[in-house]
This record gives sequence, structure tokens and C-alpha cells, in this order.
Amino acid sequence: MIKVTFIDTQGASRALDAVDGQSLMDVAVSNRVPGIDADCGGSCACGTCHVMVAPEWLVKLPPAEDMENAMLEFVEPRTPGSRLSCQIKLSPALDGIVVTTPAGQH
Amino acid sequence: MTQAAVATPTTPSSLAYATPLADLDPSNPALFADFTMLDYFERLRREDPVHYCAKSAFGAYWSVTKFKDIMQVETHPEIYSSDSRSGGITIFDSNAAASLPMFIAMDPPRHDEQRKVVSPVVAPENLARLEAVIRERPAAALDALPVNEDFDWVSRVSINLTTQMLATLFDFPWQDRAQLSYWSDAATAVVGQGMIDSEEQRFGILMECAQYMTRLWNERLNSEPGNDLISMLAHDDRTRNMSPEEFLGNVILLIVGGNDTTRNSMTGSVLALNENADQYAKLAADPALIPSMISEAIRWQTPLAHMRRTATEDAVLGGKNIRKGDKVIMWYVSGNRDEEAIDQPNRFIIDRERVRQHLSFGFGIHRCVGNRLAEQQLRILWEELFKRWPKPMQIKVVGAPKRVPSPFVKGYESLMVRISA
Repeated sequence: MIKVTFIDTQGASRALDAVDGQSLMDVAVSNRVPGIDADCGGSCACGTCHVMVAPEWLVKLPPAEDMENAMLEFVEPRTPGSRLSCQIKLSPALDGIVVTTPAGQH
Repeated sequence: MTQAAVATPTTPSSLAYATPLADLDPSNPALFADFTMLDYFERLRREDPVHYCAKSAFGAYWSVTKFKDIMQVETHPEIYSSDSRSGGITIFDSNAAASLPMFIAMDPPRHDEQRKVVSPVVAPENLARLEAVIRERPAAALDALPVNEDFDWVSRVSINLTTQMLATLFDFPWQDRAQLSYWSDAATAVVGQGMIDSEEQRFGILMECAQYMTRLWNERLNSEPGNDLISMLAHDDRTRNMSPEEFLGNVILLIVGGNDTTRNSMTGSVLALNENADQYAKLAADPALIPSMISEAIRWQTPLAHMRRTATEDAVLGGKNIRKGDKVIMWYVSGNRDEEAIDQPNRFIIDRERVRQHLSFGFGIHRCVGNRLAEQQLRILWEELFKRWPKPMQIKVVGAPKRVPSPFVKGYESLMVRISA
């Protein structure tokens, strides 16, 4: 089991269980985490699963590829920790990951 | 109503299936006027999902009809170009408006730069700021609607409200705001189908628009930066040096993008609820379903039937060999009815699972920049409608809709309704 935590703009946090190989977006959608719409269903094509990854976890992720960077151009607000959660594939190395959901997605 | 039967085909129309596959031309405007195109797309999805039409009024083109193939095109802008110089974003090659340079019809990196200038106007904090205005103006328009009397929903509600919204976004002179929808309609009308007789005529109307907007541009340029779209374009380093063509292109894009798309979803939502009385009753019993209903109505309506790309290199799509220079039409209207991607796609279900996963806003770098604003406008409209007329079927469609004869703008010229007291 891998633990992941989503924090909303009000500071409320939700800890959820995930499995190896699952995307962070999938965990959010399966548990109806507010703020993760995932309109394109995980094709890296809409920018509505935007999360801000805490710095200590950001360094453990592979860098964003071209398409993810292109979609991140349009998210609000883009921060150094901005990533698309559909592109974050969970593994035991990410057990405990903490991300914040932006106010703009509802 | 006969339209309801057509909208949810259970038996394939004979003509759609009698035509030899190679001769099938789903771009024929007549199919959109009489609403028989869904049968053609159903056949294509089943028999030839990536289909080549060698001869049509708009030249040779590929039809991409399945959700997953459309997503493939959307996410590969380096292969499937939107550039106006290679053909732009609609099936009409020669349309004077569609061939103008605008960011929807550009590829990276120019696209990214120009889009970023406009996107703050629809950023969350701006939408929150706009909420009161978006509610106040429609409320006044709705209060003025006749009751117990037939009237045209398209002109009295849909066109009226979207034009007001555009005027607000552009900080456009209020008394002249009808010009905005006139320019928008002129930009997208199919030649010979009523409004526009020639490209020269269209160009003349667009030049009027350019003149008017240039005057506003100069006024804004000489004033402090404001929150309206024209001021943003005039004061940002990335757009202040646009050529006159580029300025006109981007203005037309913002007018068309914010106009008949929302307009036709406003009309489409009334029609869909009327054709599906059980869903209207469900919504009346639980207005908290309005946001979900809005997403479903936007899928069901698909206000832009397609977007076009042009191949920049040879590619394989759905097993077919696309050649460099080929015109590729992504039929959103078909992908939104693809049974492999959407459960029971021909049914209008206001509380369906994953209701937001539709193609109407496009996907990838060209995804509709105003999608949240569109949803907000539609949500507020329905909240305000239910405040006044809360009973199911209280807004009743009383005649068959008159549809726009276009394979691009999928919408309505009129829809007669009656509100009962």
C-alpha cells in the first residue's frame, strides 16, 4: 500500500491508499477528491488534474515531458511544483507523497 | 416531436447506409440542417473510423470519427498542424475569416505566447469577479421574457445573453453590442446558405469589424491598462506589435469563441431537457445537478461539430496512411457519440459518470481557453431560470428547431418555446 495526501486550498488534508503503478490522478478520481476533474481521462491533454507537489517529493519525480510542460503552460497558478497528477505514476519510492490542489479547479 | 426520434437513432437511416462507403461525405451542410449526420457518423465509426472522402464541396479530407483517434490527433500538434498558412482549423479552406492568423490557428511557440496573453481574462479570480455581472445582466433579460406566449428562445435568450457577455469581456460600447454577434455570424456562415453570398462580402464585413476594433484598441492603448480583452492585447508586449491581420484574427477568434458556442449550448440545453422529460423532472427535483447537466448538455450539443488539422508529415492514424499536406477533420460530434468512449452515448443523462469527459472543448494545447467561463454562464442561466420557473417542463419547446446548415457551427437559427405561468 502507498499513502498519498491531498491538501486543498483551505488546508484540509485527505490521506488515501494507492497501489503500485496507479496514477495519482486515478487515486484522486476514484476517491472523488475535489479539485481533480481530469476531463481528458489521463491523456495529458486538458490540465485539469493539476497539483502542486511539495519540494521534497518533487525531486523524486522524473522531469515533466514536452506534452506535460505544454499543458502546464496554461494552468493557474503555475508554480515550481506544478505537475499533472495523471503523469505521476506511483511506486513505493513515492510512499507518503504530499500534493496541494489549486483553487482554480472545482 | 420528430426531431427527438432523429436525435437518438435506433435504426440506421437508409441513405447513410445505402451510399457506397467511398462516396460518403459527412461534411454536406444539408445533413446538419436536417440533423441526419449522426447516422453517417455512426456508420463510419462502425465500418471505417478513419475515412477518406476524395470529393466534397470543401475538397478532399479525412474524417476522424472515434474518440481515441481524435485524442491522438489532438495530442500530436507537431504532426497535425493548426497553422492558418497550411489550412487552419476548419474544413473551409477559403473562408476569409478562418484564414486569418489567430492563436487557435497557430502552432507552438507563437501559439503559446499569444494564448498566454488572453488566458488571464478567464483565470479563476477573474471569473469569480465576473460572477455578479454574469448573474445580474441575464436576470434582467429573463425578467423581461413573455409568459404564456410563444417566443424564439434563440434571439430572446441565447443570442441576447451571449452578446451581453461578450460586450462585458471586451468592454464594448453597450448600445452597439449587436454588432458582435453579427460579426461572429458573418465569420462562420457557409457561403450561399443565407447570410453570406461571397467571400468578398464576408471580407467587407470583417473589415468593418477591424475598423471598429482598431478604434477601441487605440483608445485603450492611450489609457491605463484595464481588465478587458482589448486592453490586455494592447498593453502586453507579446501582442502589442501584432500585424493588423493578426489583430483582426485574434479579435474574430475571441468573438466567435465566446459567441455561438455558448449560444447554441444555451438553446441545446433547453431542447435536450424537453426531449428527455424524465431528465428535466430529475433536474427540477434536484437543481444541484445543474453543473453536471451543463457538462452533459455541452457534450450532447457539441456546438462545434469539428476542428481541422493539416498533416505536416506522413503519419499512420487508426491504421490509415495519412500523407503530408492532407486535411484531417476531427469530428467532435462523432467522438462525443462514440460508444467505446462514452456509455450509452445517444442518451441524455444529466447525472452520468465522468460527465466532463467529452470532446466539445477539444483537448491538448488548443483546448478551449474559455471553457470555465462557458460553464459558468450556462450554470448561472439555469440557476436563474429555476428561480423563476421551477417546475419540470415549465419552459416548453413548442416547435421544431431550425438548425444552422453548417458542418462547423452546430446550432440553431430559432427554437420556439412557451413559458407557462
